[in-house]
Amino acid sequence: MANDKLDALDAKYARDFKVIGHSVQKIDAMGMACGLEEYVADHDLTGALVGYIVPSPHAHARIVKIDATRARAVKGVHAVLTYKDVPRHLHTTAGQGYVEPSPYDTAILDSKMRLVGDHVALIAADTREIAEEAGRVLLEDIEWEVLTPVLDADHAMDPGASVIHDEPDAYIPIPVPYEPQKNMASAASMGVGDMDAVLKTSHLAIDETYSTHYAQHCPIETHVCLGSIDGRDRLKLITSTQVPYHARRITAQALGIPVKRIRVNKPRIGGGFGTKQEVLLEPLVGALVLATRRKILMRLSRAEEFVSRVRHPIKTRMQAGFNADGTVNGMRMEVLSNTGAYGSHALTVMCNCGSKVLPLYRMKTVAFDAKAVYTNLPVGGAYRGYGATQSAFAMEVMMDEVAEKLGIDPLELRRRNHIQPGEGSPVFAALGEGKPGVEQKIGSCGLSDCLTLGAEAIGWEEKRGKIRGTGPKKRGIGMCALMQGSSIPEIDMASVSIKMNDDGSFVLAAGATDLGTGSDTVLAQAAAEILGVEVTDIIVHSSDTDLTPFDVGAYASSTTYLSGEASRRTAIEVAKQIREVAADMFHEEKGMDPRPDPDTLVLKDKQVFAPNGESVTLNAIGLRSLYERDQHQIGHIGSAISHKSPPPFSAHFAEVEVDEETGKVRIVKYVTTMDCGTALNPKLAEGQVEGAVVNGLSFALTEEYLFNEKGRMQNANFADYKIFNTDDMPEMVTIMVPTYEETGPFGGKSVSEIGINGPIPAIANAIYDAVGVRIHHAPFTPEKVLKAIQEKKAREAKK
Amino acid sequence: MKFTTTINGLSREIDCDAGMNLYDLLRELGLKGVKQGCDNEGTCGACTVLVDGVPTLSCITPAPKIAGHEVTTIEALGSPDKPHLIQSEFVKATAIQCGFCSPGMILSAKALLDKNTNPTHEQIAEALSGNLCRCTGYVKIFDAVKNAAAALRKEASNGK
Repeated sequence: MANDKLDALDAKYARDFKVIGHSVQKIDAMGMACGLEEYVADHDLTGALVGYIVPSPHAHARIVKIDATRARAVKGVHAVLTYKDVPRHLHTTAGQGYVEPSPYDTAILDSKMRLVGDHVALIAADTREIAEEAGRVLLEDIEWEVLTPVLDADHAMDPGASVIHDEPDAYIPIPVPYEPQKNMASAASMGVGDMDAVLKTSHLAIDETYSTHYAQHCPIETHVCLGSIDGRDRLKLITSTQVPYHARRITAQALGIPVKRIRVNKPRIGGGFGTKQEVLLEPLVGALVLATRRKILMRLSRAEEFVSRVRHPIKTRMQAGFNADGTVNGMRMEVLSNTGAYGSHALTVMCNCGSKVLPLYRMKTVAFDAKAVYTNLPVGGAYRGYGATQSAFAMEVMMDEVAEKLGIDPLELRRRNHIQPGEGSPVFAALGEGKPGVEQKIGSCGLSDCLTLGAEAIGWEEKRGKIRGTGPKKRGIGMCALMQGSSIPEIDMASVSIKMNDDGSFVLAAGATDLGTGSDTVLAQAAAEILGVEVTDIIVHSSDTDLTPFDVGAYASSTTYLSGEASRRTAIEVAKQIREVAADMFHEEKGMDPRPDPDTLVLKDKQVFAPNGESVTLNAIGLRSLYERDQHQIGHIGSAISHKSPPPFSAHFAEVEVDEETGKVRIVKYVTTMDCGTALNPKLAEGQVEGAVVNGLSFALTEEYLFNEKGRMQNANFADYKIFNTDDMPEMVTIMVPTYEETGPFGGKSVSEIGINGPIPAIANAIYDAVGVRIHHAPFTPEKVLKAIQEKKAREAKK
Repeated sequence: MKFTTTINGLSREIDCDAGMNLYDLLRELGLKGVKQGCDNEGTCGACTVLVDGVPTLSCITPAPKIAGHEVTTIEALGSPDKPHLIQSEFVKATAIQCGFCSPGMILSAKALLDKNTNPTHEQIAEALSGNLCRCTGYVKIFDAVKNAAAALRKEASNGK
């Protein structure tokens, strides 16, 4: 779009990059377009058995007696494993760094079931049908003690509630509160200043509660893992994971075998969005492989995927005090997270509700109190946005309500309060991942420009607060402001290896996991920029724990910021080695005397140039270094750790049409403005924003879990759980607002998660602008919106 | 059950169970570009192939139904050295992220563009509405199909 302001920003931040900042073709896209890239299930399945999890029919029950004799006798069944047949090493399935800040409350198999679909037993059989048949037989041969399930997070900690984790050996491996006997999976709090005084003395005090609902990531490829054992007795897992190294470590822990016996390979991944940050199938497949010594393919059905891992439903209470001019005096955020039957990511998701949302606004007094509770419902996990999605709804609708009460434009309210470059927040230092956080000052922040450009694109001045629409269909617009982070500071590590080939090309190996995001391409761009070559000269491998160097994996919005930085640093070291060889060549072969100072040599256009303009090709350098003189492998493994988590910033604007007669909400137009620093690959970055936003729109309007009174999900398929398709799409505008983050590779920071946080608050605020109802509990289904409209009309009729 | 069919231009004699679905048959024949994202319910579109040029959900199509018909899978459309124009436009538009829905999406787009090289936005939306994508937000998929349509129109006018 033509825009003078945006052009000026582009010019201001323009750098002379050859590869970075260009929308280089995604390196695996053509293979994908031709159906040739290999995903887990596309590997050789000759002789493979099907792995199957026998699902618990009960939300809460204990196995009193189990007899697998008849199930094992079913023709075509090769193994039936119950809790008696596998080692009990409690672990977490959360694919986090060591030591994980999640409770060790999960065994490969247990005698207690904690949700419908929990793991009764594992079966290896010739076909899925046979495995399911054996599963039915097994369920007939179990004597159950059925327990009262806990199906309401609000009452999970009530005295007398069933205790879900009453096993004596569950514990959390870090020093944080954990009280499973009270169904409390985690708790955290922080406070600076006197919040009670703020609420008492402020011009405006507000106290409102908001909630978000269950949702699943719905990658089109479900969780899938192919396991086998080789002649050296090593377990090979080809698996759809975002965290190959954590998968290796946690699988070893769960099975009680050494890490060195396991090799994890991540091929192409059919989407993840956080659900594949879970080490869910690998230990199960490992157990079946070790039991049968056969190749095992385990692939979750869509119905199973829906109850594998989900977004934590969270209730957020906001209390805040404001001055008459709209400046924030202080805020308290109170979070109740439902982690479901296991505590995967319970602590960290809930802490992110505070740490990725509260620092957006300047405040001296701040308090955060959070609890995560166990219930007998599907298990929360990592999901794009990771807590920030849940609490940004609360924060940003509250800000809209405050703006109205104070008679200040919602945009202006954000402008008066949002964090600026050079500023910090008491929240950064106080809230970390199971320990104190890391203090940081904001380096780059383009939020002011995001607000201005987005308002222009949606037509804020012309449309906001005006009654528009015909008949029962009313239009409104709403907005929100957002931040996230880039990696987990002082915890995350990424490394990349680069070696040079004889033709002057390079092999780049990364532990970072491209799960469709395009990170293989972005890592190659970072290296190509430094090495003076094109992306097509870099051959990328990710990820194989035997062959590619360590990386924590694809989560916490870290891959571009951290793995990209590792690639840049590694390439700098490799370039140094190349310049040494080139200096020798200039001296010995081109007669340059004395030998030129390597630091004066420049890598460009697949050559190395001396100050006098003479050059040697990378091809010649590659041949010399491998075959001709002073032979050695030019190459390096470089690592990067993060000391900061610079937030990307974003402002979202929604225009909606609400049908007052049906309650149906239609998105007319959606504008996203995004500050991710330098977009290393602008089209891929836009794609991250668009994908996250549309997932958020779908979450806001149509995605909803329906449970029966026994805790069984009733709509575990795409016909009844509606995710957006092409027919649901509004007009979409994405504006990348450039800034330059000094700590990031080439000025970049993260982009992948933040976009999903905006639709719920922006749409809620737009619905209010259209029809005057505030909805605090997502999703905004027609029934809910209609009910709110009718209640409003009833209230007005009474007056 | 034995029958004759044409798959990707080659006449084949098939011998399979009467109850086998087309998805499983194609995978058995090594055509792994066809993907599965739902539970044989026809609700995700990843298994889309063309039968006589018509987009067909192979996971809910009995294999014997293709007797005497022509099946086209993504492998026959083009290859990296000689991609079909629609495949190239998907790549150029960055309409592919994880790629798992791409074969089905591209085949649905082909069926549309075979009939209509000047589709409206709404016609594209309708033609692709059975193909779910969770990565891209569809924006660049619309771009790709529109660009492919324009390129096809240009090709046609150059050919005249």
